[in-house]
Order: sequence, then C-alpha cells, then structure tokens
Amino acid sequence: MYVRDYSSRKYIIIGFFVLVALIYIVRLFYLQVIDNRYKLSAKNIVLRYEKQYPARGNIYDRNGQLLVYNEALYDLMVIPGQVKGLDTVAFCALLQIDTAFFRSQMEKARHYSNYRPSVFLKQISKEEFGMIQEKLYQCPGFYPVTRTLRHYPVPVAAHVLGNVGEVNQREIDKDPYYQAGDYIGKSGIEKYYEPELRGVKGMKILEVDVHNRVKGSYQNGKYDTVAIPGKDLILSIDASLQQYGEQLMQNKKGSVVAIDPNTGEILVMISSPGYNPNMLVGRQRSVNFERLLNDTLKPLLNRAVMGTYPPGSTFKMINALVALQEHAITPGTMFTCQGKESRPIRCTHTHVSPLGLKHAIQESCNSYFWNTFRNTLNLPKYNDPKIGYEHWYNDIKSFGFGSKFNTDIPYEVSGNIPSPAYYDKVYNGRWNALTVRSLSIGQGEILVTPLQLANLVAIIANSGYYYEPHFLKKIENLPDDSTLYGKKIWTAVEPKYYKVAREAMLEVFEADHGTARYYKMDSIQQCGKTGTVQNPHGEDHSMFIAFAPYENPQIAIAVVVENSGYGSAWAAPIASLLMEKYLTGEVKRAWYEKKMLEGDLIHNKTKDKEH
Amino acid sequence: MKSRESIIGNVDWVIVLLYFLLVFFGWLSIYASSGGDTAGSVFDLSTRYGKQLLWIGLAVVMIVAVLLIDAKFFSSFAFVFYGAMILVLIGVLLFGKTVAGSRSWFQIGSFAIQPSEFTKFATALAVAKYLSMTHVDMKNLKTPVIAMSLAGFPALLILLQNDTGSALVYASFALVLFREGFSGSVIFFGFVLAVLFILTLLFGEIYMISTIALLLILLLVFFRKTRKNYKSIIALFLLSSAFVFSVNYAFQNVLEPHQKKRINVLLGIEEDLRGAGYNVNQSKIAIGSGGFTGKGFRQGMLTRYNFVPEQSTDFIFCTVGEEWGFMGTSVVILLFLGLLVRIVVLAERQRSRFSRIYGYGVVSILFFHFAVNIGMTIGLAPVVGIPLPFFSYGGSSLWGFTLLLFLFVKQDADRLKVL
Repeated sequence: MYVRDYSSRKYIIIGFFVLVALIYIVRLFYLQVIDNRYKLSAKNIVLRYEKQYPARGNIYDRNGQLLVYNEALYDLMVIPGQVKGLDTVAFCALLQIDTAFFRSQMEKARHYSNYRPSVFLKQISKEEFGMIQEKLYQCPGFYPVTRTLRHYPVPVAAHVLGNVGEVNQREIDKDPYYQAGDYIGKSGIEKYYEPELRGVKGMKILEVDVHNRVKGSYQNGKYDTVAIPGKDLILSIDASLQQYGEQLMQNKKGSVVAIDPNTGEILVMISSPGYNPNMLVGRQRSVNFERLLNDTLKPLLNRAVMGTYPPGSTFKMINALVALQEHAITPGTMFTCQGKESRPIRCTHTHVSPLGLKHAIQESCNSYFWNTFRNTLNLPKYNDPKIGYEHWYNDIKSFGFGSKFNTDIPYEVSGNIPSPAYYDKVYNGRWNALTVRSLSIGQGEILVTPLQLANLVAIIANSGYYYEPHFLKKIENLPDDSTLYGKKIWTAVEPKYYKVAREAMLEVFEADHGTARYYKMDSIQQCGKTGTVQNPHGEDHSMFIAFAPYENPQIAIAVVVENSGYGSAWAAPIASLLMEKYLTGEVKRAWYEKKMLEGDLIHNKTKDKEH
Repeated sequence: MKSRESIIGNVDWVIVLLYFLLVFFGWLSIYASSGGDTAGSVFDLSTRYGKQLLWIGLAVVMIVAVLLIDAKFFSSFAFVFYGAMILVLIGVLLFGKTVAGSRSWFQIGSFAIQPSEFTKFATALAVAKYLSMTHVDMKNLKTPVIAMSLAGFPALLILLQNDTGSALVYASFALVLFREGFSGSVIFFGFVLAVLFILTLLFGEIYMISTIALLLILLLVFFRKTRKNYKSIIALFLLSSAFVFSVNYAFQNVLEPHQKKRINVLLGIEEDLRGAGYNVNQSKIAIGSGGFTGKGFRQGMLTRYNFVPEQSTDFIFCTVGEEWGFMGTSVVILLFLGLLVRIVVLAERQRSRFSRIYGYGVVSILFFHFAVNIGMTIGLAPVVGIPLPFFSYGGSSLWGFTLLLFLFVKQDADRLKVL
C-alpha cells in the first residue's frame, strides 16, 4: 500500500509557529515602544502625588510681638477596610463624640472608599490630641495627620491681618498654583502678602499598591520637591497700642488710624465694632463668618479705609493751606463773620470778629473759611472761578485725597474730591464759588477716609510732605523694605505755609479756649483739630485729628466716632490717650481712660430708640 | 554504566538548555513580582518564589527519574497512564476542592495538586499510542474521530470541573492529526467556521447572511454556471446561514454571562475596565509601561503592587514585560519559538511513529499554552486561565509540563534503540 509521507507539513507547522511569534513580537513592539499611553496610565495608577504644605509665614508687630502663627492641629483619618475589633463605645468616649456621629462618619468614609483614607474628625486641638494619641494604637485603621491653622495670640487688628481660608474655584482658575483644599489669604495682609507668606508647596511622589497602601518613595525621592516655608513678616502695627485703641473704641462705631509721620508706617488701624480674628479660623470659620456678615453693625467692614465721611472742620485747615499757597490770603488776612460777604455760610460759634487765620482755625469759623475759599477760586490772575477751582482741586489732590495710596493697604477706597468736569456736568457749566461753597467747610460732595485724614495730619506734622502709608516693615531675610513703600511725596503747598496751621493746632490743646484744652498734657505738646460732621442719617459724627509732639512729631492720628456729637467729646480724648500711651508707654489720665472704656454709644442708643 | 553514559550523550541539550532558561526566567519573574520590600531567603517556603524553587528542585528529580526509565515503558503503558488519569479526573469531580470556581484540585495536607495538568502528557501518550498502532489508517474517517475522542474525553471532564481554559487545550491535538495526514481542508473548514463565528458576534446575523449571499453570487459569476455548482452554492449558503443563526442562538442561550462578557470584551464590543476587561487592561498597562528596556529587576511597580491580578500565575508575562521591557518579552517569545521549532525538528527525526506523534502532541500543547497565555496578556486572545509553561507559579503545572517535555526528550535520546 502506498503511504503518503506528510513530513513536509512540518514546514507549514513551523511557519505557523513563526507567524504567531512574529505577530506577538510586533504587537509587543507596538505596546511597549510605540504607544506611550500605557506608560502614562501606569504612572497614574501607581504613583500618588502627595503635596507637602510649607508652613505659612508668621506675622510680627513692629516691636517683635507675635501676631499670627501656625497652630498645629490634627485631623483623624480613617481607612474603613483596616478598622478591626474597635470598641466603639470607648472610642467615642475618647473622641468625645456620640455613636450616631461615629456611624455617620464611618458610613461616609466607607461610601467614599474602603481602602482610601477619609477624614474622620477634623481639627482636633493639640491638648485633646495628646489624650487621644495614647490610645490610638489600639484602633487600627485610624491615624492622625497634622494640619496647621492660623492662630492670633494677641487677638487684635483683625481687619488689617485678614484671614486665611480654603481656595474657591475662582481662585483656582486664576492661579494654577492652587488646588482644591489649599489655603489662601482671603483678606487683609494675609491676602496682600500671600505669595510671601505661603511659601512654595513641595511634592512627594509615593508608590502605592492596588489597595492604595504606600509602598515607598518613587525612585528614592529623585523627583520629589521640598516645600519652602513662607517668609515671616514684620508689620508697622504696634500691637499694644492697637489693643489699647480697640479697648477705647469698644461699644462705639468708628475708626482710628495712627501713622508715624517720619516713615508713613501705620501704627494703629482700628475699625469698630471689630471681631476677634480667632473667630475666622478652623471649624467655626464659616458659621462665624456668616454671623459677622449678617450683623447690622457690619463688623467685617474696615471703616478706616472703606468708610467715607465728609471731613467737616478738619478740612478747613487744608483749605487755608491751599489759599496761602495760591496767595489768596496771607496769615494776616482778617475776615469778619458779619456782613453780606460772609452770609452764605454763617458762623455757629461765638468769638471775636473779625479774626485772623490762626484764630479762625482754632475757632473753626465757617465765615472765615468761606471767604478764604471764595478768594481762592476768584483769584484775579485766573479771572475765572473754574480755573481757580482747578488749581484748588489739584492742590487738594496732592494731599492724597480723592485717590488710593495703592500700597499694601487692603480694600482702600478713594473717597471723593469733585472734579471741575463733575461740576460742569452737574451745573451745565454754570457754577462759581458760591455754587460749591460747602467745600469750604469740608461738607458737600467731599468724602474722605479716616486713613486719608491721618495722612493729612502727618503732612501737617511734617510741614508739607508725607510718606505713603503702609503696613510692611520688613520681610524675613530681605533688606529693610522702606524702599518698597513709603515714598516721600511733597504736597503742592510749600513748607513755610504750614507754620500757622501747626500753631493753630497746638492751641487747640494749649490755649485757654482750645476745643481740646481738657486733654492737655504737661509732658507732651499735642496738636489737634476737632471736626463735627453733619450726618443726615442721625447724630453727628465726632472727628478729631492730632499729632504729637509739636516739635519732632512721632505720631499722627485721626479718630472718627460715629453718631457721638461734638468732636471734642469722644474723638479727641481717644486720640489724646493713644498719643500718650504711644509716646510715654503708659496712660496716667485714668479718669478719661475710664470714661472712654465704659462709654457705650451703641447699646445706649438702641435703648433710647426703643423708648 | 554504559547506558547511563549513552543517555547523557544522546539527550538533546538544546531542549534541556531552553527548558532551564525558561524555568529560570520564570522563577526570576515570580521572585520579582512578589511584593515585600525586603526579600528574605530565596528558600523561604512561606513565599511563592521559595515554594517554586522547591517545585523546580523536585522537577529536576523527576527529570532524572524519567531519563533513567526505559522509553519503552511509556509507550507500553500509554493507555494505562491515560486510564489512570481519567479515573483521577473523575475522582476530582467527586472529591476535589473548588478553587476560584473550578473544582480541579486535590488537597493533600497543605499542598493542593491539580490533576488536569498531568492529564496532558497522558493524553498525548494515548493519542500517540493509538495513531501509531499498525492497523490505524488516517484515510479512514474513524481514525481522526477516535483520536479526537481520546483527547476530547479528558477535555469534557475538565470542562465539567468548570475549567474551560484547560479543556480548550485539547483542541490543539488537531495539529497532531494535521501532521499525520488528516485532511488540511477539514482544518481549513474549521478555521472558516471560527472566522464566521467571530464575525457573526461582531456584526450580527443580518449583515453576515447578506454578505455571505453576496459573496456566493459573486462566486457564481466567476465559476461556470453548471447545475452542480448551483447546487453546491445553494447548499453552502444554507449551511453557513444555519451556522450563523446557531452561533447567535448558542451565544445568547448557551454561554454563561461571564463567558459572553469575556468574548465581547475581546472582540471590542464591550468596554469593561472594571470587570472582565480589567485584567487585560491592567496587563496591557503593565507590559506597555515597560518600554524598550523595562524598569529593571524588581522595579515593576504594577506587578509588584498587585495591580495585575494573578501576576505570578496566568499573568506572569506582565512581570517580564514591565521589568525587562520589549527586550525581555521578545527574548522570551524567541525562547519559546526556539523550543517549539526544536521539538518539531526532533519529532521529525524519530524512527518510531509513536515518538514522532508524541513529540507533536507535546509541541501542540506547549504552543497552545504559549499562544493563548501570552495572547491574552497583550489583548490578542480571550482571558482563559491557562498557565505559561515553565514560567507560571505552581507545582502541578511545572511538573505536568516537565513530564510532558522530558518524556519526549527521553524518547528522543533512546531513538537509536528503536529498530
């Protein structure tokens, strides 16, 4: 029988083997060498990128007093899959939580993942944690992570310091540095100096297994970056003076700004009513924020830079200075309170008439300043009150009014000095000194902030110039930052004209009939000017600007107490007490201090209204 | 003394070398894929690599034993081995232990043994024995039917253990039949059926039947329009339509949901990265992330940290891919190809039909395992849980494959004794 030999089929078989092997090798070449998708997904699967948060910089006051630091807190994390044999009752007792909370947190965590950590209990204080830590080893599946929160050992200057909170979506969109869960300065200095304070985040790359357990560092940390801690700031604020001022202003609505006229450094910035900065920290932040936001007294508002007031009589001095500069008057010019010329704005005080400039400042004579203002606008050399006004306008602006300083002061508003164009528009181009006469006594469309008023005092104290007001004194490891802010700026009024204003302000304290004569001190020569601002909504605002000492001034201050009547009643003693404390380190006038501390202009008023 | 020397002289050292290379590379991969940052002693029996080392040692003992036994012993007792293994398989069905859904294990003390791994060599012996019997004629249709039944019976028992992958291996005996002269066109027909099967699942019966009709009409245009051709075309159409319909029916009603899912995922009909497709996707990521040169020994993070399931058994190839990159994977494939080709070459030089047929049985089984196991890790074959020969962790599979291979090596060494 013929038997066919099929041995040639081995070639088909071997060919088939070779073909399959070839297909596999080509496929592997594609998977491993050409297609990069898999390398990327491998990294995504295996590597966990753990952010390393740098410590936020501390903030100190000008004397080295710590104002803001980071307090260590603990979040208790749970990995539900690892919780075994837990004595729930004892555990709840340890954490001081109830079992319902325990169950709901565990449920939430389990819902998220059995293998990944969830926050079980947030922000446990150091003290509480000490007790928990001792027993935590008995509770597998639970472990602590350290968090930091801002803490304010001297709870002052909340408006200035601002606060820190979790970033929102808008902030994330704006700056890719931030990721959900990061903290960011939300307001105040914390916001303005965010880049300096926050430092630079680091990144630790870890290898994890399929159950998300950390297995070690990726490539021995070759690609890790170290977090760079934030820089410390030293502010110009004087914490003890700020605290004292806040006490004096308690139960009053208003604000205080004090500046060192030699540098433009802001020593005190108070807005009352305020709040304890520790309220806007941690677990209570959102609750408290909501409460402060809804408070009718608006404690979140920084009145010192956002509150705008007609400056009233305090503005008369600057009107006089401009008039002197424009040669509309001389220090010897006398005006009378009576007669047709003085009629548009009558004088409300009783004093000798006619009177000179210095005397008029002391007496705050309305008629005198109306005459001065009219002369300024109607100067013969311009032959047009509008041109005269334009000069007046530019001179006033050189004092920092009507614009922001644009330094590191958060939420400044510019106030308002009406421009010639504005009046042209309102009065269809037909207006003169008489039309805008309210400006002569600091009323009308003029609006200024307490900060601008304090700066005005600094200008008078310096006889003609100011340094831009600012908060920053120094950033850690950087040379003294006086060059960054605090540029010296000259006003349009020459130094020689300030003499009369300074002398007049001195007499407000020193003269027998000075409006602040009760607050005179033997040790220090104080200079001031009261202002009473008409308030269409209620009782007048009391205003007082002052500097001291007369020779070589160290502090310039503006105080506004809303709805408190005459400037001399509340604003003047508060300014004087603050100057005393700053210059001598203590307050000897206990009686005034007591009266100011106890004075309650908010609750008494409400009580009156209820009647 | 003389005969032992002749064994050493006659053993095909190429195969032995390839075997030990694969076993060594396999053990390295098992060692690398075991987690744990500080690897203890490689002899630590609490670890997989420690145990595997023990299995390898026992495999070497087994090899020595096989080489010492007369080759005739295996051919003479082929049916005895086969019958014994069938009994053991039935025993497993009755008394076995269920692991991962398959009732295919015997528990002996703390070790479990999987008899189906040893059925392969017994079946190869039996098929070789049957086909080499003098009265057997490949032209007779009975012959392939009986041969495939010999292979099919253990497959059926293994299918009953719910171990589909291991059962499918026995289909590889078709290759043996092909070499022995079984009609190539029948195997081609089977291939066409398989293609029809897949296309039906991919495109649905309506498209398939219309496409088949169109193709057949085209055939009519080109062929002579004889009555006979008309008849066969119509018959072909009816047959293929019936097949397409039954495939659809079988797929919808016979297959288990998880099997349907695996086939769907393989065909790309379903994207399922959480369920059945998860293994393949993770496996592809692990292999793909290896790049050209790999991440280095014990640096394969995906395999070490358990991202690839079964990475020391069925998905051991991922470790090679991730840690040794394309260099490693292509070397392993070339090693396997070398082994397969070498066995074919050796089989062809056998004087006895029995040895040749057994050699082809060995190469068919190894090829099937190689092609399906590596194919599934790179997404070219369905995920059926079968091990990569000599690589995958597990004593049963290592010993099964070792016996399978070295029975052939022994027969080859003794080939000159056959008259």
